Order: sequence, then structure tokens, then C-alpha cells
Amino acid sequence: MSKDENRSEQQAHEAQVVDAARRRFLGQAAGATAIIAPGVTLMTIAQADSGAAAEGASSAKRWGMLVDTNKCETGCNDCVDACQQENGWGAGSSDEGLSDSRQKAQWIRTVTVRDKETKHTTQLPMMCQHCEEPPCVNVCPTGASMKRADGIVLVDKHICIGCRYCMMACPYKARSFIHESLHDQKSHAPRGKGTVESCTMCVHRVDRGDQPACVERCDKGAMMFGDLNDPNSQISRKLARVSSTQIRADLGTKPSIRYSGI
Amino acid sequence: MVLSKKLKQRVGILAVVFTALMGFGSAALSDNHGGKHERAIGANAGDACVKETSWMRRNHMELLKHDRDRTLRQGIRPVEGSIKGCVDCHANKNDQGAFIPVDAEGEFCSGCHTYTAVSLDCFECHATKPDVSRVKRAGK
Ligand code: HEC
Ligand code: HEC
Ligand code: HEC
Repeated sequence: MSKDENRSEQQAHEAQVVDAARRRFLGQAAGATAIIAPGVTLMTIAQADSGAAAEGASSAKRWGMLVDTNKCETGCNDCVDACQQENGWGAGSSDEGLSDSRQKAQWIRTVTVRDKETKHTTQLPMMCQHCEEPPCVNVCPTGASMKRADGIVLVDKHICIGCRYCMMACPYKARSFIHESLHDQKSHAPRGKGTVESCTMCVHRVDRGDQPACVERCDKGAMMFGDLNDPNSQISRKLARVSSTQIRADLGTKPSIRYSGI
Repeated sequence: MVLSKKLKQRVGILAVVFTALMGFGSAALSDNHGGKHERAIGANAGDACVKETSWMRRNHMELLKHDRDRTLRQGIRPVEGSIKGCVDCHANKNDQGAFIPVDAEGEFCSGCHTYTAVSLDCFECHATKPDVSRVKRAGK
């Protein structure tokens, strides 16, 4: 570690010296092609739709959701549709034509639970629970499975080697693996063969101050998104008022997704 | 003394490499597009890159790899080294006005990469064309 740091410092120093010489050379030889004026940094398109997150994710926040299962209507699939449209997987995408339903991408799904004695059924959306103690992160050999400072659990696909340990470790069956080459991905949701993926809590939306697509779409009011660390947020106030549970709380994973009415 | 001699040597070598790099950069572009330089750079490119052109030519790979970690792992956006940003600016349009993928043969990124025998895996995941609505919104 420290060896590495030493080396990179040295390299940085060398690079500076070389850079100065380079610039001189370019100034003389390249004529109009090389503009030597320093600080030529221009507005980019990316900068134009700037969000609130220029300073990045902070541990002052902990993003979470509350699902009111009493309002989740059996047969309704709106949250799943919204997720598919937003992130470009499943229906309507050019996804995985050769894979069967057990293999296909599944960022969010609906699950129906039935009380054996009363025969009462409840539907609820199931996705990455964004655990405070995520088992997927513990088992990952490369550090690809990770938790952001604000509690959002992600796969850093840049270093995911597709070993799928995280899929086995997840008690919520929230992750899936991409088996086939894809094309026409959404620009904000890059996905590709040989890597694992799951619900990102729509980080790209959250980072610009919007809600996840599923929450925005649910017009039954069954899903609420917000900052669990802020005692005055709508979600914190509701959690203080109604009783809610974490699924498989016994495992100690401490999910950020809570459910009421089950 | 010894060090500075070495450095001078390295600068010399680098200088030669860069002359070559800049030469083939424009050569490759004009070859593929019959000298239509503006079209080759990208339909929404405007007139400047996110950093100095000469710097970008040499260092865009470092910038991208640095900023992808800042965005994905730390949630820092917007960043200069956004691959979405490169695509938004550097994708060209065909005669029908539809975007051409940046990694298609002879296009901005791939034209140069083919020439230099660089192969990227980035576009197995990343979109190769701008989201039309996104560019429109940003350009409002
Ligand atoms: C705001 C639009 C914009 C964005 C965003 C942008 N570029 Fe550029 N880029 C340009 C323009 C315009 C030029 C040509 C500038 C010139 O002619 O001096 C250019 C030039 C370049 C060149 C030099 C091309 C040559 O002829 O040798 C490279 C390499 C490059 N860009 C890579 C990138 C990469 C990689 C990204 C993403 C990190 C990126 N650009 C993002 C507009 C953009
Ligand atoms: C002027 C020529 C040129 C252009 C134009 C260019 N590149 Fe490159 N690129 C290179 C060269 C040369 C390398 C290899 C550098 C090395 O190996 O150190 C490279 C390497 C890369 C790498 C690192 C690859 C790896 O896996 O290590 C990325 C990423 C990259 N380019 C992205 C882009 C993108 C995106 C664009 C288009 C917006 C682009 N480049 C346009 C010349 C160019
Ligand atoms: C296996 C899929 C995959 C591959 C391959 C991949 N990426 Fe990514 N990349 C992602 C995901 C997922 C994100 C997160 C997107 C987000 O949150 O907006 C991302 C984000 C990024 C970002 C920040 C978002 C932006 O555009 O501003 C950059 C920069 C980036 N990647 C560069 C690269 C480069 C360069 C390569 C090739 C050397 C590459 N990626 C290859 C999946 C991939």
C-alpha cells in the first residue's frame, strides 16, 4: 500500500516535469492544434443538468423506503414496469432472448404471501433491501459489491468478475446475472454480460434529487422513499407512527427497506 | 544529473510519440470522413472538449477511469470524465439524422482505437448513442 503511494507520488512528480517539457514542445511544434492556455475547462452537457450531488454521497443520509403492503394491490405490477422502463431490463428491452425466466434480469419483483390459516394474501414488491450489514458485500472477493456512504448497495460492474457469490449470499434473492450480450442499454443504466446486477435505488435519480422510478410510479401510495437519518423526513415521521418490519430481521442484515402491514 | 539526462531522453521519446499521435489522429479522422472534420468530431461536440484537446488526446483514459470511480462509488456527479458526456458530444449523425454508435467502425472513439489497436469493453455496458431526450433537455 505505502509502496504504491510512494511510487505514484514519484510518478506524479516525474509527470509534472515531463508535462512542462511536453507543453513547451507542443507549443513550438503543434501550432494551431495544441492550445496551451491553461484551465480550458468548459461546460459539458453532463454539467448542465447538474444535480445536488456535486459533493457526492454522504453518510449524513441513509436512504430507505417504506412499503405499505395494505395499499399494494394484488395483480398490480406498476413498480416493476416502472423499473424496467427506467433501467432498460425485462419487458420492452432487447434483453436476454435465450435465457429462461429463472435466469433473466430481476431488479424488482412482486411476491405474494399467504396466511395459511386465514387464507389472506398480501402482495409486496421485493428488491435489494439495501442492508446496513450486506452479506453480498462481505462475500465479494473484488470489492465490486459495495455500499455507498448513504447506504445504497451497488455492484461496481467495473470490477465485478461475475463469480456470483453475492447472489448466493443474498437472503432476498435480489440479484441476477447477465448471461447474454446486450445492446441498446439506457445511458444512465449501463449493463453487460458477465456481471451481476440488482436494484440501485435509482442512484442516478437520487443523486439529482429525484425519487426512485418505482416510488414515483406507484399511484396507490404504497411506496415511500426518504432519508431515514433525518428525524423530520416524511418517511421517518411515518415510521415513528406506524408499526413496520424488516424482512428476515433475524438475520441481522438491517435492511433500509421496511414493510408495514405484514 | 543522471536523472535529468534520463528525463530529457524520455521527453524526446514522448515528443516523437506525440507528433505521431497527433498526426494519425487527424489523418484517421479525415480518411474516414473524406476530410469532413467537424462531422467526425461529433454532432453535439461544440467547439471544445472537457479539457484541452492535446491533453485529452493523451490522457482521456486516465480521466475516465478516475472519474468512473468517483461517480459510481462516491456518487459524485457531474464529472469531466463522464463516459455519457463523451458519447453525448462525440456521437455523429447519419444522413437521416439518426445517431451512429460511437463504437461503430470508423466513428470518433473506434476510428482512433482501431488505428492504435486499443480494444475497449466499456461499450458492452455503456450506451453508445446519446439519449435523445437527455441531450434535448440539457441543451434547452
Ligand atoms: C462538450 C462536448 C464534449 C465532451 C463532453 C467531450 N468532448 Fe472530446 N472533444 C470535443 C471537441 C469539440 C473536440 C475537438 C476540439 C478541437 O478541435 O480542438 C474534442 C476532442 C477530443 C479528442 C481529440 C481528438 C483528436 O482529434 O485527436 C479526444 C481524444 C476526445 N475529445 C475525447 C473525449 C472523451 C474521452 C470524452 C469523455 C470523457 C470527451 N472527449 C468529452 C467535445 C467534447
Ligand atoms: C486520438 C485518438 C483517440 C481517440 C479519438 C479516442 N481514443 Fe481512447 N485511447 C486512445 C489510445 C492511444 C489509447 C491507449 C492508451 C494506453 O494504452 O495507454 C486509448 C485508450 C482508451 C481507454 C482505456 C482502455 C483500457 O481498457 O485501458 C478508454 C476507456 C478510452 N480510450 C475511451 C475513449 C472514448 C470513450 C473515446 C471517444 C469519446 C476515445 N477513447 C477516443 C486513443 C484515442
Ligand atoms: C459491466 C458493465 C460495465 C462496463 C464493462 C463498464 N462500465 Fe462504466 N459503469 C457501469 C455502471 C453500472 C455504472 C454506474 C452508472 C450510474 O450510476 O450512473 C458505470 C459508470 C461509469 C462512469 C460514471 C458515469 C458517467 O458516465 O458519468 C464512467 C465514467 C464509466 N462508467 C466509465 C467506464 C469506462 C471508461 C469503461 C471501460 C474501460 C466502463 N465504464 C466499462 C457499468 C459498466
